Amino acid sequence: MAVHTISFEPEDRYNAFLKVCATPTHGEGKLAGIAIAVKDNISTQGIETTCASKILKGYIPPYDAHAVGLVKSAGAGIAGKTNMDEFGMGTSTENSAFGPTLNPCDTGRVPGGSSGGSAAAVAAGMVRMALGTDTGGSIRCPAAFCGIVGLKPTYGRVSRNGLIAYANSLETIGPMAKNVADVSLLMSVIAGHDRKDTTSHDRPYNHIPSTDIKGLRIGIPREYFGKGVDPEVAATVHRAIGRLEELGGVTVPCSIPSMEYALAAYYVICTSEASSNLARFDGVRYGPAVDTKKSWHAAYQDIRKQGFGPEVRRRIMLGTFALSSGYYGKYYAKAQIARENVRKDFARLFSDVDVLCGPTMPTIAFKLGEKSDPLSMYLSDILTVPVNLAGIPAISVPCGKVQGMPVGLQIMGRPFEDERVIDAAYAYEQVAKP
Amino acid sequence: MIDADIVVGLEVHCQLDTKSKLFCGCSTDYRNDGPNTHVCPVCLGLPGTMPVLNKRAIEYAMRVAKALNCTVIPESEFSRKNYFYPDLDKAYQITQYDKPLAEGGYVEIEGDDGKERKIQLTRIHVEEDPGRLVHMGNAERGRYSLVDYNRSGIPLIEIVSEPEMRSPKEARKFLNKLRATLEYLGVFDSEKEGSIRVDANISLRGSARVEIKNISSYKGVEKALTFEVTRQKNLIRRGLPVDRETRHYLEARGITQSARSKEQENDYRYFPEPDLRPLHVQSWLKDIELPELPDARRERFVQQYGCSLNHARTLTGELKMANFYEAVVAGDRNGLCNPAATWIADTLAGELNYRDMGIDSVDAKKFTGLLVLLRAGTITDKSGVEVLRVMLDERLKDEPVETPEAIVSRLNLAKTSGDDTALLGAIHEVITENPKAVEDYKTGKNGALNFLVGQTMKKTRGRADPGELNQLMVESLKSVEQ
Repeated sequence: MAVHTISFEPEDRYNAFLKVCATPTHGEGKLAGIAIAVKDNISTQGIETTCASKILKGYIPPYDAHAVGLVKSAGAGIAGKTNMDEFGMGTSTENSAFGPTLNPCDTGRVPGGSSGGSAAAVAAGMVRMALGTDTGGSIRCPAAFCGIVGLKPTYGRVSRNGLIAYANSLETIGPMAKNVADVSLLMSVIAGHDRKDTTSHDRPYNHIPSTDIKGLRIGIPREYFGKGVDPEVAATVHRAIGRLEELGGVTVPCSIPSMEYALAAYYVICTSEASSNLARFDGVRYGPAVDTKKSWHAAYQDIRKQGFGPEVRRRIMLGTFALSSGYYGKYYAKAQIARENVRKDFARLFSDVDVLCGPTMPTIAFKLGEKSDPLSMYLSDILTVPVNLAGIPAISVPCGKVQGMPVGLQIMGRPFEDERVIDAAYAYEQVAKP
Repeated sequence: MIDADIVVGLEVHCQLDTKSKLFCGCSTDYRNDGPNTHVCPVCLGLPGTMPVLNKRAIEYAMRVAKALNCTVIPESEFSRKNYFYPDLDKAYQITQYDKPLAEGGYVEIEGDDGKERKIQLTRIHVEEDPGRLVHMGNAERGRYSLVDYNRSGIPLIEIVSEPEMRSPKEARKFLNKLRATLEYLGVFDSEKEGSIRVDANISLRGSARVEIKNISSYKGVEKALTFEVTRQKNLIRRGLPVDRETRHYLEARGITQSARSKEQENDYRYFPEPDLRPLHVQSWLKDIELPELPDARRERFVQQYGCSLNHARTLTGELKMANFYEAVVAGDRNGLCNPAATWIADTLAGELNYRDMGIDSVDAKKFTGLLVLLRAGTITDKSGVEVLRVMLDERLKDEPVETPEAIVSRLNLAKTSGDDTALLGAIHEVITENPKAVEDYKTGKNGALNFLVGQTMKKTRGRADPGELNQLMVESLKSVEQ
């Protein structure tokens, strides 16, 4: 097969990229000639992959993530690696060891996170599509803040093989693009079974988006418009839902009582898994080594102290604590119960409605440095984390602006009904076109 | 304190003899290759890699579970055991914690009182082996360690017993029985270096439990426990407390030593491995066909070959020895069942043990040839041992191994006969050289005859048949009397 190259020399004013591949090669296929940006926690063979962390500086994976292999086989070229919150831990891309990414809509504001680099690269028109990852909203949040489309697929529909794990039971790789059609196209390439990810399912995605949503039953959970949600954002999303009704959708008010514990459960689970996943970064096999005469455990302490940023260290400590003997039952085991309740709530709602709609984020993109207190940052994940706890698909599609900043409409669906949330988003996008 | 007060439990880790590792496709046949040559992103724990379970390893573990009468759990799962160590590439070991593959079961051993005893098992679970540290350097030039990940991801089963053994010797028997069973099942190769590692816990009734970690040989288990019994008894005798602690066994010195306090208080922060699905394999059990196991084979040896219980136990206690025996007596054309049992279980086993050789370095045909010579009376038992030693030594030195006939002829070991002038000459010499003993014999001292026979045996290098020699000596002494 003929190998072609793309010339990719973007003016990266927003610090969206950690690494630019100026002349990526590409082949033939569905994505022939399309330059795709890849979040830096997705392994790319021969291309430095750091998770925006000093501790992985210089690490060049010897293999491609399954999803990367698929987009390459479909003819795409890898344009570069995008900035993110270190190891995906954040909602603003400010937690990058290599400086924050700026929001192309307003450079005084954050792009959202943790896939902020991928979202900014798409929003600024540097690339047509990007791969992001979503552990608790990391695709949908930056999509909403930057005014693009981002899909968090059903857990298990896209292989995680090669995704540098932050919280294995929650996260997934997913497509990001300017419009729903492109998101759908990229999804059709990356979805499907991978024998190297035993949690992946044989559920390929071969779907052309349709605007026909007549009779679609749309649940409107009251928690998505409750306390902490900016009234202007809520109003914008309500108007968008009105457009879906005009297209034949039927709205049904409903409630997700387990939301009360979702955020707490999420943070216990993700930090617990992270404390284990990130323990391997010790300077022995990759990343910078400490030049030390100390014993190995003292050297480990040094390299981990130097290599991890403050938010990563905080989450490792939280997770270590939550899993400690005597606390496991109090935290991790309880969080699993809360998670099961969230799952059950969604299952109950989905026996009546086809999709659920609400805002992706409770506010518009905040200003750089605005959320210096970690807890207030965690609280902004309230509307995205339930989806990850339940493993269901959800999309964020732009639905208007507040104070000149984009607002995202979040559409959630039944497990393995990614097609349905795509259709609802597509229908909205087509009717809302200016 | 009487020994009935000893309580021992074992945790036995065995490498399952699969072709590929537990969670990746790397070959497990690493022992003759350089460091870090059997590795891939998965068993190096590179970021982003995920484990893919080797079904064969689970099937092997289930054979063990079935053979040891365990209950396979309907849903078991893998967990992460988190701890930092340079040989552990992911900084966690994928193992099984609160939902092991199987629970219960037992291993039957011959107790110290000679009666068959069932040692109950707590559980069997599957886990991955970590890599290995190789310590380099010296005190002057500085010490450092290198890491070899070839072993990383080799499948292990851990078999945990209840604390039901009552002596170090019973522990050894438990271990031997376990080894035999696993080898009969075709899931384990005990001859591979480091293929078994044992943690032993021991308490003398009423005092604290002491755990001895990481004993890597069969003999080591008995030695370490024997050392502990003595150490703890001494403490108790002197009125000192036995601390509840973890100790290491120092193989070279044959002692145990208290582990550093840091190692005593590990919190492994177990939680379910999110990258693997729970296991539902109970239904596989019905398709697992067990081969003949050591106990059944032992019974068969008694019935079919007329072996004594003890010989049968020794012969079937090792798969290769049992196979060797059956190869030697195949069809029993030569009426060798009985001598073969003695010669293999007693003589050969001892000579092999002395040379640290395995039975597969013995040629069954040549060994059979030796037994045929013995049975035909061509050589004496004593010469037989000599022939055997020559054959083993030749093998040990990597020289061509001669046939027993060739050795007999080269060393002139053929049995002397009554009309053998050399034998008669030797008797004559002995009588002439030992007038005092002859005198003693005449005055009726019993020991004198034995002495004279022994002296003659020496002169003929054991080639004389003892009975025949005895008779000839008595006759010769009669002629001296005259």
